[in-house]
Amino acid sequence: MKNQSIEFNFIQLGMQKRRRRWLLVTGILTLSACLLCCLMLTLGNTVYPVNDVIRSLMGEQIQGVTFAVNTIRFPRMLAGLFAGLAFGIAGYIFQTMLRNPLANPDILGITSGSSVAAVFCITVLHTSNKIVSIASVVAGLATVIVMYFLSKGRSFSIGRLILIGIGIQAMLDAVISYLILVSAQQDISAVLRWLSGSLNGSQLTELPPLMLAVIILTPIVVIYGKQLNILELGEQTASSLGVSTDKTRIILIICAVFLVAIATATTGPIAFISFLAGPIANRLVGVGASNIIPAGLVGANIVLIADLIGQFAFEYRFPVGVITGLVGAPYLIYLLIKMNRKGEL
Amino acid sequence: MNRFPVFGKKSDFHLPKNFKTTLVLLILLLIVSIIVSLLFGARAINMQELIDGLFYPGRDSHGANIVRKRVSRTIFALFCGAALGVAGALMQAVTRNPLADPSILGVNTGASLFVVFGIAFLNITSADQYIWLALFGAGITAIFVFGIGSLGRGGATPIKLVLAGAATSAALSSLVTAIMIPSTYAMDQFRFWQIGSVGSGTWDSIITFIPFLAIGLLIAFITAPALNALALGDEVASSLGVHPSFLRFCAAFGGVLLCGAATALAGPIGFIGLLATHLMRLILGPDLRFVIPMSALAGAIILTISDVVGRLVGSPGELEVGVVTAFIGAPILIFLAKKSKVRSL
Repeated sequence: MKNQSIEFNFIQLGMQKRRRRWLLVTGILTLSACLLCCLMLTLGNTVYPVNDVIRSLMGEQIQGVTFAVNTIRFPRMLAGLFAGLAFGIAGYIFQTMLRNPLANPDILGITSGSSVAAVFCITVLHTSNKIVSIASVVAGLATVIVMYFLSKGRSFSIGRLILIGIGIQAMLDAVISYLILVSAQQDISAVLRWLSGSLNGSQLTELPPLMLAVIILTPIVVIYGKQLNILELGEQTASSLGVSTDKTRIILIICAVFLVAIATATTGPIAFISFLAGPIANRLVGVGASNIIPAGLVGANIVLIADLIGQFAFEYRFPVGVITGLVGAPYLIYLLIKMNRKGEL
Repeated sequence: MNRFPVFGKKSDFHLPKNFKTTLVLLILLLIVSIIVSLLFGARAINMQELIDGLFYPGRDSHGANIVRKRVSRTIFALFCGAALGVAGALMQAVTRNPLADPSILGVNTGASLFVVFGIAFLNITSADQYIWLALFGAGITAIFVFGIGSLGRGGATPIKLVLAGAATSAALSSLVTAIMIPSTYAMDQFRFWQIGSVGSGTWDSIITFIPFLAIGLLIAFITAPALNALALGDEVASSLGVHPSFLRFCAAFGGVLLCGAATALAGPIGFIGLLATHLMRLILGPDLRFVIPMSALAGAIILTISDVVGRLVGSPGELEVGVVTAFIGAPILIFLAKKSKVRSL
């Protein structure tokens, strides 16, 4: 009896420790995200003091400040914050569900699917933002369904799934390149956005779908995400523990695709966020906890930092996707080298 | 000493069962594709104009001039297709990997990066200058990707190689974007580079291309018999008198030469190697002495017909051939991924 209670104490201690770490990391990430948001608002061609920024956001008219902050910097900051959250959360869900850090919406072609729909709506059909969002969600879901049927077969293998994803991505990217080539003369900034993702020219009117999606879907994802950790133990263990595997999976996939698709429709495919956020969050918090919120925050932090770097570190302003691509791709190569050495592929 | 012995006597030189039929069929298709490529396009040509344009340099009409333009384009497409087909066959043989193709291995992106670098920083403008840069870039990328892909247990398995290629490609294309964005000149020059097109095929580019094509094809034909031995494994090959690493180097050099030159002149055109080689292997069996030359024919036909399809589908403008080949080729990649056994991935 005594032994058992000691053991129980240990488990509880461990849980408490993990919980404290989770809270600590989440707190720090939230703080740094807030700090970065403030930086996004104050920095620019002219640096405005924080209280001016706050006053102008509260609705006061200040010469010069109001326009720069309210119409340019504030939407940009919100777009970066929410897109980062969405990409981070969605990437984490895919990576955890497929138990492979390489399996993220970028490689599986979901981002490309949404991009194609968005680019097509914008450059060919000239539709409103609402329809762009809807179309990119539908296209993202369609890509997932196609992927599912193609990878079903006799036995499921993550390698096969990734190969099929790369094939689908190649086709979709060809369509994007073509659409970009056709529309290039009219609108160069839109073109750049769809090459690599950018926060340039974000407008407040474009943001509601993304913000709504993040605010509504995050709680759902967190609730079902608890079961995700059990899913990670394997299908049989999960169902013997009373988790309805298919239902959890379908709900989580739909939520993740919604997040990716709407974020892609708003900011373009910001490279590698959905790939980087999950592993970093796991490293910070430790595997085992439900790291959905930390992953989202990591995503937001990366997007904001990368955008600040892209805006101010060089002579020329680079869109955020170029910076995340330059950072993320070497990490992907490093991860591949590590996985290859261990023989995990 | 002959480093690449041809095995057996003349009597061992069995023609594959379908060889003659395939050869006749391919030559017929080649003729058809040439005629079709001359006849169809944004403006259809009638027979009289075709004959005028081809055989009577003196007769000057609008249609005849169009035919003369299309002649160089068609020859260029045939050469590029042949080069890419053979490059695919060589790379598949060298890596002993059914999914090796210049575009999948990221070799095209490597060539692109170096060309963009040259355009943006070294003020390089003419094709015969940047073809060297493209070759250099293609070579380095090939070595890099193969190096990462062959780390760890099992050597360069298809999935490892494809992932290494995709990751490298992503890393390099963010670099390309980063170089391109500040320089509007490079951006303008580079636009056709994003997707491969043979529309730029002039007599000048054909003449620049010929030496590379000739050397590459020569290397391919000389190494083919020894590559057959390599397919049996390194040990068997060296016991048959082949020097595996020297042979690999030569054949890979030939492959890089072919696809690098084609990429430098036409831009990245994907999947031709994959498509042509698999088709020919399916029909003729694994003997590279037949597969390599027939892949050249098949690649030329596929690329030329894809170009015609692009012109017809995209009329009144045209759909770049890179888009068309991605659409024909990516399903093949998906099909191969579906078909292959899990363990061999």
